Amino acid sequence: MSTMAVDDVAVAPVNAGFWTRNRKAGLVLTALGLLAVSLFTTLAASEPARFTLSEDASGAALKINGTVGAALFGAVALAAGVAILAGLPTRWFTLVLGAGLVGFVVSFLCWQVSTAPTGQNFMPLVNIVRGTFILALPLIFGALAGVLCERSGVVNVAIEGQLLMGAFSGALFGSLSGNLWVGLVAAAIGGTFISLLLAVFAIRYLVDQVVMGIVLNLLAVGITGFLYERLMQPDPAKYNSAPRFSDWEIPLLSEIPVLGPALFAGNIFLYLGLLLVLVIHIGLFRTRWGLRTRSVGEHPTAADTLGVRVLRLRYRNVLLAGAVAGIGGASYTLALFSFTKNMIGGKGFIALAALIFGRWSPTGALLAALFFGFADQLATYLSAINSTIPSQFLAMLPYLATILAVAGLVGRVRAPAADGKPYIKG
Amino acid sequence: MTNAESGSPDKEPATADQAARMALDNTERAEPTSQQPPERPALGRLFVENLWAANTFTVTLLSLLLAMVVGGILMIVSDPDVLGTYSYFTARPGDALNASWTLVSEAYANLFKGAVLDPDAVGLTAALSPISETLTYTAPLVFTGLSVALAFRGGLFNIGAQGQATMGVIAAGLAGFLLPLPAGLHLLVAVFAGAVGGALWGFIPGILKARTGAHEVINTIMLNYVAAYFLVWLIVQNGVQDPNRTDAISRPVDASAQLPRLFGDNLRAHTGIILAVLVTWAVAWLLNRSTLGFELRAVGSNPAASRTAGISVTRTYVLVMVFAGALAGLGGSQMVLGTTAAALTPLVVAQVGFDGILVALLGRVKPWGVLLAALLFGALQAGGNRMQSYSGVSLELVTVLQALIVIFIAAPALVKAIFQLRAARAARPQTSLAKGW
Repeated sequence: MSTMAVDDVAVAPVNAGFWTRNRKAGLVLTALGLLAVSLFTTLAASEPARFTLSEDASGAALKINGTVGAALFGAVALAAGVAILAGLPTRWFTLVLGAGLVGFVVSFLCWQVSTAPTGQNFMPLVNIVRGTFILALPLIFGALAGVLCERSGVVNVAIEGQLLMGAFSGALFGSLSGNLWVGLVAAAIGGTFISLLLAVFAIRYLVDQVVMGIVLNLLAVGITGFLYERLMQPDPAKYNSAPRFSDWEIPLLSEIPVLGPALFAGNIFLYLGLLLVLVIHIGLFRTRWGLRTRSVGEHPTAADTLGVRVLRLRYRNVLLAGAVAGIGGASYTLALFSFTKNMIGGKGFIALAALIFGRWSPTGALLAALFFGFADQLATYLSAINSTIPSQFLAMLPYLATILAVAGLVGRVRAPAADGKPYIKG
Repeated sequence: MTNAESGSPDKEPATADQAARMALDNTERAEPTSQQPPERPALGRLFVENLWAANTFTVTLLSLLLAMVVGGILMIVSDPDVLGTYSYFTARPGDALNASWTLVSEAYANLFKGAVLDPDAVGLTAALSPISETLTYTAPLVFTGLSVALAFRGGLFNIGAQGQATMGVIAAGLAGFLLPLPAGLHLLVAVFAGAVGGALWGFIPGILKARTGAHEVINTIMLNYVAAYFLVWLIVQNGVQDPNRTDAISRPVDASAQLPRLFGDNLRAHTGIILAVLVTWAVAWLLNRSTLGFELRAVGSNPAASRTAGISVTRTYVLVMVFAGALAGLGGSQMVLGTTAAALTPLVVAQVGFDGILVALLGRVKPWGVLLAALLFGALQAGGNRMQSYSGVSLELVTVLQALIVIFIAAPALVKAIFQLRAARAARPQTSLAKGW
């Protein structure tokens, strides 16, 4: 094995000629719009599709005839696609693309809801939005852990392991102490343990960071699975019955329809997650620490020349990332379920996908995580109303979206320049 | 002085021992009568010295040892009875040490008995059983390990062996129970289908890398999950699902498409391991003797220079990933054509793809090294089963051991520091690679 530094292959310039990246996206959106107008509309039943603002069929609702809705919103998607294809000014691009995609999704929903069995042909928006946030939470924490690491130039493929170790140690020490806060701190330490290994081996011993991440995931699966079978399974009362954080409702704000119950009646992890997005965003782009972190991630040599201690900053950020991911893992075991073997089950990799899809920025990661959480929640909903769409294909969506994003079909995705390259002084 | 013995003249004596020998040398030179050349160190001594140098073999062996020590500690801290004896450690340390030793030594003894040889076994079948189990677990790992190693030599990190193996399982399984073919031909077609399925799944990240520069690590990770969900979906479709079952399991593969057993019907070892050895040889030949292999290695070590030299980097990337995918697909096909279950289930692929990454790293991404590493991992898994049923030590310990071994061999500097090894005589290639997104 020799030291490899593979630069990106010479890529055919995508912006050449008529087929700019925007136009390609427009083409895709036009195709989606056509699909919605033709297929969804014909398949939709001429029944009312109701989107209730409550958790059940009762109460206020947005109502539209299935066929009409599918056609109307399909037309929105089609119009947006054609507009982009026709050469829309770039500053409108994101807005129109977003509107088109929303139109496509709503058209799809009109079709699905209108064809659901009688008595089930409604979509409780409160549940959907709330479920989206709950499912997105571990992704948000995981993706933020990725942001902290990768912005300072250390690839973090070990998110899965950090989440898992956090979930495990949160459950174990929460149970042993019977104290929520001990559990929370233990979860952060658990995640930090994995990221400490990542930091030491990647920074001190210059082991390839992707390799290390993969191996650490397996190590975390092994250690937690082993201790689960040895301790938690024989004696769950002692080792696996951590107390759980209850929901904290914020008065007034939680009364807001649909968004209120989702955003202002969650548990501590929801507030912490959203707060962290804000803090890391401000930290990264408005503080001295953030400037140094970004410079170390882009050009460590230059940063070093200016007196930034590259390795120390990397150590600090990687450890911080582990703590964040560890708390994300605890959002399972200290709020929802008791610990089970390999309970993260690939969420760490979806978080990685959210990080990449969100272009290595905290807010982008948040939006991507919410999108993936929505896809997840939609899969649950569709299988509940006996939809013909297999839930497995919806489950693939985050991964396929990421592949498309990385392949340059949806915007430009670029990692920090020094991401994954160990820094050797001298 | 000429310093004839202790290497290059600009070096300080590395050890006190060498310094002493140099001093001795000097005094000998001072004697005008002694003209014979300085005495050569004995062969045995040379061997021992070399053994304690940080060469690949020693580092691997010590990594295994370190991993087993950590595994032992895990066993002790997770056993309440043994841990209890530590509460009065200062009063009677013997109790704690004895209990710990019994626990750990029994577990590892069972690991050995399950993987290599059980001295108490009666009869040929029982005696061969551990080896048979080891070979059964080894066969698919050789393929996935070679897949990762081949891509690595071409400068690509194939984390997608798991997904490629999954597609291989699907294709091989479908060919195994859907195609009505005569015996012999059926097996060939099923194995080939597995390779094609994997190759297809390797082609996607390959072409994306070549055409758009999309990083193969990201794409292969994502494709792993796409393949996994596809398998879960496919199993419950009409014509695939076992009509007599309600759970997610496919129809069984026809007997004509199953790999023949090596040691009779009672032992699971199948001809896949022979195929594995042949393919290892083929990959070694491909890498070291063929034009494609040369181009592949050239692109792997310096794509820019290769392009200048007229090698098509994009073509090489695509080919590397197709070959890697085919290898992983072959590994996947072993999981459904070779084992006792012989049907598709959501967990039919197990972890062969991810384990393949570890196997490739442990085998130093060389074909024959991969074969040996797969043998070690196969042995650990086979022995782990016995350790679980006889000593009650969870099979997960094997995962921990495997991960730790690779962590230690990936950081030879750490092992060197722990055991105070001398640097090996020839400068060993670095195990660390610098490669970002």
